[in-house]
This record gives sequence, C-alpha cells and structure tokens, in this order.
Amino acid sequence: MPERLPDGAAVVRAQLAVYLPEDILMPSAWPHKLADAAWQRPKRNTNMSTEIKTVTGTGIPLLLDDIDTDRIIPARYLRCVTFDGLGKHAFEDDRQQDPSHPFDNPSYAGASVLIAGRNFGCGSSREHAPQSLMRWGLKAIVAESFAEIFFGNCGSLGIVAVRASREDLIRLAAAVEADPAAQVSVDLEALEVSVGEETVSVEMPDSARDALVTGDWDYLGQLLSAADQVTAHARTLPYLNGYPG
Amino acid sequence: MSDRRNLFNRVWDLHAVRTLDNQQTQLFIGLHLIHEVTSPQAFEMLRERGLKVAFPSQTVATVDHIVPTADQSRPFQDLLAEQMMTAIEKNCDEFGVTLMDLQDGRQGIVHVVGPEQGLTQPGMTIVCGDSHTSTHGAFGSIAIGIGTSNVAQVLATQTMFLNRPKVRRVVVNGDLAPGVYAKDVILHIIQKLGVQGGVGYAYEYAGSTFDAMSMEERMTVCNMSIEGGARCGYINPDEKTVEYLRGRPYAPQGEDFDKAAAWWLSLASGDDAEFDDEVVFDAADIEPTVTWGITPAQSVGVSQPLPKLQDSPAGEQVLLKEALDFMGLDEGQPVAGTPIDVAFIGSCTNGRISDLREAARVAEGQQVAASVKAIVVPGSQLVREQAMQEGLHEIFEAAGFEWRGAGCSMCLAMNPDKLQGREVCASSSNRNFKGRQGSPTGRTLLMSPAMVAAAAIEGKVTDIREFAGTPA
Repeated sequence: MPERLPDGAAVVRAQLAVYLPEDILMPSAWPHKLADAAWQRPKRNTNMSTEIKTVTGTGIPLLLDDIDTDRIIPARYLRCVTFDGLGKHAFEDDRQQDPSHPFDNPSYAGASVLIAGRNFGCGSSREHAPQSLMRWGLKAIVAESFAEIFFGNCGSLGIVAVRASREDLIRLAAAVEADPAAQVSVDLEALEVSVGEETVSVEMPDSARDALVTGDWDYLGQLLSAADQVTAHARTLPYLNGYPG
Repeated sequence: MSDRRNLFNRVWDLHAVRTLDNQQTQLFIGLHLIHEVTSPQAFEMLRERGLKVAFPSQTVATVDHIVPTADQSRPFQDLLAEQMMTAIEKNCDEFGVTLMDLQDGRQGIVHVVGPEQGLTQPGMTIVCGDSHTSTHGAFGSIAIGIGTSNVAQVLATQTMFLNRPKVRRVVVNGDLAPGVYAKDVILHIIQKLGVQGGVGYAYEYAGSTFDAMSMEERMTVCNMSIEGGARCGYINPDEKTVEYLRGRPYAPQGEDFDKAAAWWLSLASGDDAEFDDEVVFDAADIEPTVTWGITPAQSVGVSQPLPKLQDSPAGEQVLLKEALDFMGLDEGQPVAGTPIDVAFIGSCTNGRISDLREAARVAEGQQVAASVKAIVVPGSQLVREQAMQEGLHEIFEAAGFEWRGAGCSMCLAMNPDKLQGREVCASSSNRNFKGRQGSPTGRTLLMSPAMVAAAAIEGKVTDIREFAGTPA
C-alpha cells in the first residue's frame, strides 16, 4: 500500500526516489530483484537538495520528555533493507497502549509540524526514526531540545528541527489543541513559529539552518567535492602512513 | 607555549580535512564499522549514485543485531533477518569490505569485535551506524554513532560533517567498594547529570577510578556515554591501553607497535589541558545501582527507595509518573526485592569475558530461581570460546542459565530473544526504554552482570554485597 505523502513535498519525493521500490520488500522478490532494480534504475542527478525556508501545515502536539527512538519506531521494524513502509509504524507501541495518543487522533491526521518536549529522539542512532516520522507526514519538529544523532539525521533528510522554550511550546501545543485545523508556520529565515495568534522565537544552529535555507543539504555531494583534499589528508595520518619516531 | 589541547581536540584537529564557513568540519574517519541493520540503505545510496567505498581497508563489517543466539542455521527462520543477512553479504562482497560473518570465528557485537581485533586504536576517529559506538572511546579515540545517511557518506568519502562539540571532563576519584562495578559508575554519572546532560559535549572520563579500571571496564563506561546524551566519551590512553592492544590482529606489529604506542601515549590530555566544563564525583558515593524507570537516568542505589513525586522537581513529575505507571512500581518503595521474570547477561555494555567471569563467580554452585528464565549471551564468538575454555559455560548451565551464541540478543530484541508481555528483566544491557526488549509492555531493570546473576538466583533484585558467596 503506498504511503501517504504530503502534497507538494518535493523533498520527500526526492528522498523516496533514492530507495528501492516497494516490491523489493516482498520475500519472493528477494534477492534477485535487488540486483535487477539497481541495474535498471536510471542514474539520478546527484544534487537532490531543495531550498527549505518555511514549512506550513497543521500541527500535532506530543509534549513529553525523553522520547527515545525505540518509541518512535520499535526495533522490530528495523528488520528491513529499505525505509519503505515505516510511516505507518511511527509510535506504534505507544499508540497501542494509549488510546488517546495524538498520532491516532483523527484531528491531527495529515499534520506536518510536531510540537515535542525535551531531549526528543534520544537513544539509538537509527535513521529509521526520523524516516518513519517523515513518511508519516511530518516536515518539521519544534522541541525543547533534541538528541544529537537524531538531530543530525533530521538534517540529512531535510526535516526541519528547531528548538523553543518550554513556555512557548506549551503555548504552541495549546493553540494546536484548540484548533487542530490551524496552520502552523515554521519560518527558518525569521526563526519563528506561528499558529493562530501565537508567534514564538525558535533556535537552530547556523550550520543546520543555512544548509536547509540554501538547499545545500546534499552533504554527500559536498563531501565528494573535496575528494582530492581527503586523499591528501589521509596521507598525513600516522596510522595510515607510519608512526613518527 | 605548551599544547594545552585535550585529547579530543588533538584528535579532532588531526582529522579535520576542512572547515566550512558555517563552522562544520569535514572530518576524516579512521575506522568505519558496519553491521547489518543500518547499512543496507547506505549501500543502496552508493549504488544509486554509482559510487564505490572510498577506503575499504578502513571499513570492517560484522553481524550482530538480528543474529539468532540459539539456532543459527541458515536460512534464518525469520525471513526478514535472512534478507538482511543476505544483503550485507552481497554488499560487502560487491564493495570489497571485510565481513566477519557467522562462519568466520570472529563475529560478534560490533563494539566487542572492534577492540578485540585491535581495529580500535587510540588517536583514531571511529564511526558506526550505532549509538553505542562511544564504546571505542575507551582507547582514546573519537568514537561516535551515526545515522544511515552518514554511513553512506563515510562509505563514499571516508569523511562526514560534524560540529566540534565542547569537552566536559567527568572526574571520578577513589576506590570502588566491593560489589561496585564500572556499570554502577556510569549509571551513577547518568543519574546525576541526566539523560540530556551531555548534549553538546564529548565526555573525557578522568581520575583515579578510571585509571584503576581494566580496558573492558573502561569500555563499559564509555559505552553508555550516549545514554547521558554525550556525543561520545573517552579515556586517555595509558600503559593498559598499550598492553591490551599488543599482539591483536589489526594492531601494528613489531617495531611499528612501539612507535605506535609512543604516539598513542603522546595524545593524552596533559595535566594542564583545558576543558569547557568539569564535574567531580567521589567513588565512595557509588553503590550497586539499578534502574527502576524508563530512562537510564531513572536509577537508585540498590539500598535506596524509589523517588517520591512530591520530592521531585515539578518539571520532572510527568515523566516520573509515566515511568512508575509503566513499571507498575510505587513511589518510595525499595528497589531491592523487586521480582524479576527474566535475567539477561550480555550486550555491548557487559558481554565481555570479564563480565562473564564476574557473573559466573556469583552463579557458581547456585540455582536460578524456578520462576526465572536466565540467558548468557557472549559478546563475540571469541569471548564465547574463551569462556568455554575457562569452563564458564558449565558453571552457568549447572546453575540453570542458558548458554547462547554471540549477538545483541535481548538488548534490543531484533532477533528471537524477546520479553513476553509485562515480564520484568534484570539486564546487563544499556537501555530500559519502554518496549526496548521486544515486548511493548516489557520492563527492564539495568544493573551490573554480577547483580543480574544474583537477581536470577534470588528471583528478585538483590544487593550483591549481601548475596551469599560474594567475596568481601
């Protein structure tokens, strides 16, 4: 079953195109299909980044602290060779245990902006976590703080991850709860998030923000552009070239 | 002027290829460890762009997360696990990467295998698509966990972008009391600094307590740096580091080893090294420590009661209540005596030979409680072999523990080893998150391997210092 993709999310589509088609997940197609698929697919343009200056859509509040990546995507769903299909499993175990979990609340269906608490995405480095949130439909997360590996993974995927104060998060969450249909706007140039009458300031490290705003978040392409420097640098490392003395 | 840089900054500077205007550093990676869970999509990204692995000699793979620890015959009963196994075999073959697979004899948890093979060395930058990569910092390396997009970047370029973190020196001085282990030290540090306390920092562990630790104990400490939010953790190399590495297969050999050792020791932070922050603990304040909640910071000394809501900061009460409700425990109750259903000894935190020896010392001549299912999972095939040469498996089996093959097992339950329903597990692993051990409602109590063994025998959380047969 195809996953729900947010309209106009060119960035998400670009990312999805990187991965294998869904039929590779079918056991009967394995492993012969893998080779076929890799062989037949046309080479893509290496520049897949898109400028991301604002994210606008409805919001979803989940103001809990220390939400770890095992909760975002339970480990059993890491038994896969693609990220396809992870969207429907986001917060699966939490949802099963909490009938009022926001990710099961129809009012928040189709939301783009998550309002979260402190240390969001702590624990495992699994990129499956932000992948599952992105495939669920999220394009931005506003939280009190992020675990660092999770934050880096968001950057790799073009997911906007900005920090706000606890007080402001409570105001944003209240505004979203009061009117789930209200548009939440995350403005990376102004570093503001607004919903209804509320507008709050947010923070993001310059390097991460600049990458999104300029569309320069194809890190692989940038790293490759310095290949000669990397080769030269490798020649300076003792453990590759002999120790001093 | 003397070089007052700490080890972290020395190693970072050595590996900085270039720094962008936005302050991101393109960092050369000395060792890239790979496993079956976070690499298939990365190899596919390489195929997509027609790229090769840039430095296959600095890239080593093994299999651990999905490996069954009981029946390891192929094809695996779990078809998805079999697919992942097939994928890493194919990828490593096609891209020219060494794979230590189940038939190899060196297979095991990636963070046990790296040091054991001498791949992990001081002064290196080390990455792996796994957060417990921080383990390798025990050798005085910068070792960080990364996501799959980063894995693809490192495969293709042997570099990645990082912002230089600040460095906090975490000092612990003094002798550990009998029954107090490296696991208790790191659980204590996380309890005091919080699960987000390390965000933005690398941790340097320093002081006489760490100086006195074996390399395996240092690995246990560094392993859980990530649970405290730190980007990585490390300990300065010393003579123990050098002696651990001497003769290991991937370590420098002969004259080269002596030169390497001198270079390794020269990287250590000096007495006048500068740090962005420092915290100091006293080893005498640390007792055997047990987690009771759903984050690794929710722990108490085994003689202590659980916290009370009214005594906790207002901002923490929601999380506290969520944890108590999930665990089915009452505020203020003692943690000792909490009944357990399962005991798990193993993982990248505590699955090494010294861990198994300590647990076997406790288990020897005892019997696992009738109500408890207990398993011992060596961290690698070589740990397993060593333990069997020492007869540890016989001690465990005589006591009623199951003796398994090497793998991640019940630490994260991506394999057949899982909790069922609301079972409570005394576990030597690293995470007590909700659902972590495979049952969405399963409950985890983290503790040292010796404490897990004691809990298995008593059927409840037991103070190892009061457990019969433990030497004073």
